[in-house]
Amino acid sequence: MTFETRRLILAGGAAVALALAAPFAAAPADAQGKVFRWANDGDVNSMDPYARNETFLLAFLQNIYEPLVRRDKESKLEPGLAVKWGQTAPKTWYFDLRQGVKFHDGTPLTADDVVFSLNRANGKGSNMLTYFATVEKIRKVSDSRIEIDTNVPDPLLASKWAVIFIMSKAWAEKNNALTVGDLTKQEENFATRNAMGSGPFKLKSREPDVKTVLEANKDWWDKPEHNLSEVVFSRIANAATRVAALRSGEIDMVYTVPPQDTDTLDKDPNTKIIQGPETRVVYFGFDHGRKELLYSNVKGKNPFQDKRVREAIYRSIDVEAIKKTVMRGQSYPVALMVAPVIGGYMKDLDQRPAMLTPDQAKKLLADAGYPNGFEVTLDCPTDRYVNDEKICQAVVGMLARIGVKINLRAQTRLKYFAQILLPKADTSFWMLGWSPAATFDVHDVFVNLIQTPNAESKKGQFNPGSYSNPKFDELADKVQIETDVAKRNALIAEATKVYTSDYAYIPLHQQAVIYAARKNVDLVLTADNAFALRWVKMK
Amino acid sequence: MIAFLIRRLFQAAIVMLTVALIAFVLFNYVGDPINAMVGQDTSLQDREKLRQDLGLNDSVPVRFARFVGNAVQGQFGLSYRTAEPVGRMILERLPATLELSFVAALFALLVGVPMGVYSGLHPRSWTSRILQAVSLIGISLPTFLIGILLILIFAVGLGVLPSFGRGDAVNLGGWTTGFLTVSGLKALILPSITLGLFQLTLIMRIVRSEMLEVMRTDYIKFARARGLKHRAVNFGHALRNTLVPVITITGLQLGQLIAFAIITETVFAWPGVGQLFVTSVSSADMPVMSAYLALIGFLFVTINLLVDLLYFAIDPRLRTAQAATRVS
Repeated sequence: MTFETRRLILAGGAAVALALAAPFAAAPADAQGKVFRWANDGDVNSMDPYARNETFLLAFLQNIYEPLVRRDKESKLEPGLAVKWGQTAPKTWYFDLRQGVKFHDGTPLTADDVVFSLNRANGKGSNMLTYFATVEKIRKVSDSRIEIDTNVPDPLLASKWAVIFIMSKAWAEKNNALTVGDLTKQEENFATRNAMGSGPFKLKSREPDVKTVLEANKDWWDKPEHNLSEVVFSRIANAATRVAALRSGEIDMVYTVPPQDTDTLDKDPNTKIIQGPETRVVYFGFDHGRKELLYSNVKGKNPFQDKRVREAIYRSIDVEAIKKTVMRGQSYPVALMVAPVIGGYMKDLDQRPAMLTPDQAKKLLADAGYPNGFEVTLDCPTDRYVNDEKICQAVVGMLARIGVKINLRAQTRLKYFAQILLPKADTSFWMLGWSPAATFDVHDVFVNLIQTPNAESKKGQFNPGSYSNPKFDELADKVQIETDVAKRNALIAEATKVYTSDYAYIPLHQQAVIYAARKNVDLVLTADNAFALRWVKMK
Repeated sequence: MIAFLIRRLFQAAIVMLTVALIAFVLFNYVGDPINAMVGQDTSLQDREKLRQDLGLNDSVPVRFARFVGNAVQGQFGLSYRTAEPVGRMILERLPATLELSFVAALFALLVGVPMGVYSGLHPRSWTSRILQAVSLIGISLPTFLIGILLILIFAVGLGVLPSFGRGDAVNLGGWTTGFLTVSGLKALILPSITLGLFQLTLIMRIVRSEMLEVMRTDYIKFARARGLKHRAVNFGHALRNTLVPVITITGLQLGQLIAFAIITETVFAWPGVGQLFVTSVSSADMPVMSAYLALIGFLFVTINLLVDLLYFAIDPRLRTAQAATRVS
């Protein structure tokens, strides 16, 4: 009754608003193409392509800026601003540039722009330095060719640079944006809010955290597969509102879909769900290094140093059950630390050892000297991965059955990572996720997550459990510099066997990338979650 | 009057400093901004260097002194998240929040006062009871839920009002306004109802109880005995005397509206300072958080000061009391 009254009053207000709106017609759509409106929970944090090394920023800016070598729909490399590339010597790379490419202001793209951009990305304030770790010198050889000297043979340079975008040198000079913005200064860098690239879309207007408008670049060198004239990107932080805006037709696509709404949107006759596996693998890690665990009731020794304990735990965690109950089917279990689209993924090794019955697992623990199990704290983020905390809660139950009592410590990512990662590594058992998006190659995982931590060589920097196997280290070092594909794959297979048979980590799954769109939108979902406007078609 | 002003300004400065200090200490528990700033494979050395460069390794008193020193000169630094000047980020978003709060307050007053007067004059009527019941809903339903319900009804169900954003805002020399376009006005409706509903019910209830009180007093009876019109009695005498508490509450609530527009702004993706604050908390963007809290502290202090001054204007007794203290 009362609710009805309120509704009536509100409906009255709406009627007034409608009456107000009546004399004004909606803006006419461009006859040449469609206007595509989409939204995400967070904004693009900057228009500067080197300001942040984060998936969403790079995915968004690939519409405005272009790399030398770009990724196609299957995430494979294809010519971008370079038509040809390769190695002339183990330590020398060349890129032959595409001719006739123009920036959005009409000026031609030259080798100087490319050299400038690469140096800017490798310079002060840039967050892309990881992609230049092997680079010694970037040289312009001619107007159509640049060469790069590396300090070690680097077979992955082209692959890494698929996220390094090329910016106009003249524009940067004119606007005093020669380096990336410096946070310790008080003034803003011009490139933070403006952009000058050569990509399929131009930046038309930008209101940070509100709305960013792009328009199609009619002079783009490539043949457009999209049929858009304008793209409006809005930020809608609240999940329920985002879904409502999609259902009401105010927007055509949402990028981050709350898991609980996928069913509703899938059933709605006007909307659809597009889903696929992401490159990131979510996994659990053990403290292998310490003599005594920081958070356990076992004193004087570290149960995780015994392979039987790791095996018992690994083979008692049911990833299929997690997929079914916690993830609502939106996960793709893996047994390796890399996902199938990544270079060096070994399909025949991606076999999870069979689950143990609780009695078998208990026997393994008893053999290792823990007939009554033990207690350990599991660290978990609450807001980083899809259902992260719920997965951990499920694992608590699974391990209770084999006598391992888990104390769950869940916290926000802002505190979590500072505690879990090196140098603190203040944890005994934890959850992390990793995507080798930097190189799209398994070596990224080897060197960062599995090799022995070494501050000097910068290896094992994200191996807080200090897993260390000299044989693995040796193989991974060889993989890094082997340029022969067959030999390299053999080394990778061997290294993969080492860490899986050691039960060094417990890989769980790839989480799903989920987009939702109106029925009339055709788009391509790629495993690196880099939503590209150049493949969007609207009926 | 001047002594009073100076005293209040001095108090205000102390309040501001205290607020800033508490906020600053609290931010140390929000988390580590560095992890939100760098890519996953940024080396530990680079992370440490960034932390050093930003001065995050300094002690809290040192950082606080630096913050206050800069803030006094109007410098709030660059956001850790977007590398934009914090002062400009806040100024750009302030009009959206102020317009929303203003419309919400106006809605609460224009609807709440008549509702209160009506149900104060006719406490036993049927309509009054309905109004009371409706106001109970307004006061007990969480803002978040009201917002989502309104969106579901008017945006998804009827498709007549936008579910998010501010429509087309017009920029008038640095002040963006949604008042000048149809889409801007339409976009204001749902958020301001959501934000103002709580205030509306509060005002209605206060006006009602004050009216009930005042209508029982002798001077109202005498006024009626003098044969004054109902209208003159109700509005000229009764309502006027209920206004002091209403103004106090409205003034304080205006500050609340601005400060707690956070939830409404988040629900409606309203591009105001509240939403900026929420975003900043989730990435531990300390420069923005500090500046925002300083601003909110400043708003509250200013509004309270203005309310005190309004008392002077409305209630002559206060003026005489002040004079009396000065004499004695």
